[in-house]
Amino acid sequence: MKRPNVAVVGVGQTDFRSRRDDKTYPELAQDAVLLALKDAGMLPEQIDAIVFSMAPTEFMGVHDCEKWSVDYTWARGKPFMRVHTGGATGGSAVQAAYAHIASGQYRTVLVVGADRITETPDAQQILNLIWDPFYEQDFALNTVTMTALAAQRYMYKYKTTEEQFARVVVRARRNALNNPSAHLKGKIEVSDVMASPRISWPYKLFDICPRSAGAAAMVLTTQDVAKDYCARPAFLTGASGVSNTVFMGDRMGSSADMDIADQAELVKAANECYRQAGITNPMSQIQVTEIYDPFSSFQFPQLESLGFCDRGHAQDLSDEGAFDMGGAVAVNPSGGTLCTNPIGVTGLVRAAEAARQVMGRSEKMQVKNVHNALATAIGGSTQFFTVTMFSDEPRGGATIL
Amino acid sequence: MSKNASNAASISNDSVTPADHVIHGEWHVRYDYPVGEVGAKFFDALKQKKILATRCSASGLSYLPPRAYCERSFEACDGWVEAGLQGTIEAATIVTAAFDNLPSPPYAIAYVKLDGIDTALVNFVKDIDLSDVVSAAARLTPGTKVKVQFVDMPVGRITDFHYVPA
Repeated sequence: MKRPNVAVVGVGQTDFRSRRDDKTYPELAQDAVLLALKDAGMLPEQIDAIVFSMAPTEFMGVHDCEKWSVDYTWARGKPFMRVHTGGATGGSAVQAAYAHIASGQYRTVLVVGADRITETPDAQQILNLIWDPFYEQDFALNTVTMTALAAQRYMYKYKTTEEQFARVVVRARRNALNNPSAHLKGKIEVSDVMASPRISWPYKLFDICPRSAGAAAMVLTTQDVAKDYCARPAFLTGASGVSNTVFMGDRMGSSADMDIADQAELVKAANECYRQAGITNPMSQIQVTEIYDPFSSFQFPQLESLGFCDRGHAQDLSDEGAFDMGGAVAVNPSGGTLCTNPIGVTGLVRAAEAARQVMGRSEKMQVKNVHNALATAIGGSTQFFTVTMFSDEPRGGATIL
Repeated sequence: MSKNASNAASISNDSVTPADHVIHGEWHVRYDYPVGEVGAKFFDALKQKKILATRCSASGLSYLPPRAYCERSFEACDGWVEAGLQGTIEAATIVTAAFDNLPSPPYAIAYVKLDGIDTALVNFVKDIDLSDVVSAAARLTPGTKVKVQFVDMPVGRITDFHYVPA
């Protein structure tokens, strides 16, 4: 039997900001469902299965809150699963929905999630608890310090300056001015980033994402159904994932097979995604990326591992404007994760923004002539990676090698 | 597990409850984590001021933290080796912001590849002037040599030692 092609026919996302005191958690998720169904032109009864995108629930403070969200997402009487791979959650959730449809098991699948991070005063206290209590938790690891460690290593390898990271933040905040949903946005200068308080070398405050509340949803279906609902659906043409050990110390030094500084797992993931999607030259064939960048240090190693340039060159291309709107590849027209981080749905927002670019629905963020848009998500101790391609035509898709 | 929830602020009868009125909650959860057979050997050695790594003869790789199985060869780690008490920084950061329930800043964290071991082990770097972050960072770059310093009375915890400049 021929495997069905899978396409996105609708996406929805709420405004993202520090607090959403106007709604409870499942009410936020419901808002995103309403927006996505409206965007798709579908009714709840047309959804065959629900994938719930949610990372650690200790931030919002109700354990395993997907159970609270079942009726709010109109999942009663339908198959429902929660997907959780930390920061990569949204990417994994989209890929689970893709597999639901590509396998032939379900026709139309809703991916939805919500998050709210400021219910508890310090998210990093919770993020320290993702490490084991025997060997690593005692040493103040959290998502800020763990990625600062990798950033310091990257800077040493490639002679990156703090100002080059700062320029990524300036571009992100500027792009976010075009995104009505973005949490942080504005015209800032490199000097503003450099003057923000030091947090963990090399990071200053502005090198770090905000803690955002909000929700997102996506409707995926078969090509046959999609043609009745969307003149220009975004076909999901490549889906890959790579995981690695939680121990970051295994991923540095002369015996390591992958360097944490390079996010080298993405080389393997990108190669598989590109094989499925028929991409042989990323820089010329991919017009826009929505890559997962909660810290200013995340863009350079990712763009290099994704094949847009050689190791150590992304910082210079960034300085030259190659990743600006109108550059060689538009990197994060939405402002990316640096401007908006509702952790449990951040990867889903990346995928939704990439799909919208292909569908021509990105409004002021729209890049011209998008044939391929790439989304990534990263989670755990920088150990879960997903790469997902959205295209303006089906490509035959995944076959098992 | 105990769970306490109560109204944070009482609302008087003649006022309208606003949407941002909060219900306060706190979680108090206690755990006891067994170290396991591999961990027990490692922590027992710490009491003798020794750092033991597991080694896989199939891949030749030695692991800190110790692992029961080699993640490359998928074979059991079939030996123990004693790590050198000097090593090389692979990654470091200097923390200057306060996080709840974490140490008071400033402090330095580093992954260090101890001599003879294939992976790097995280710990604090002490005895280093952190008053100027930029210059301190320049003294903690990858390749910098450090040594292990044990506390006087080790108790079999990973906090029995830390790194200091070599």
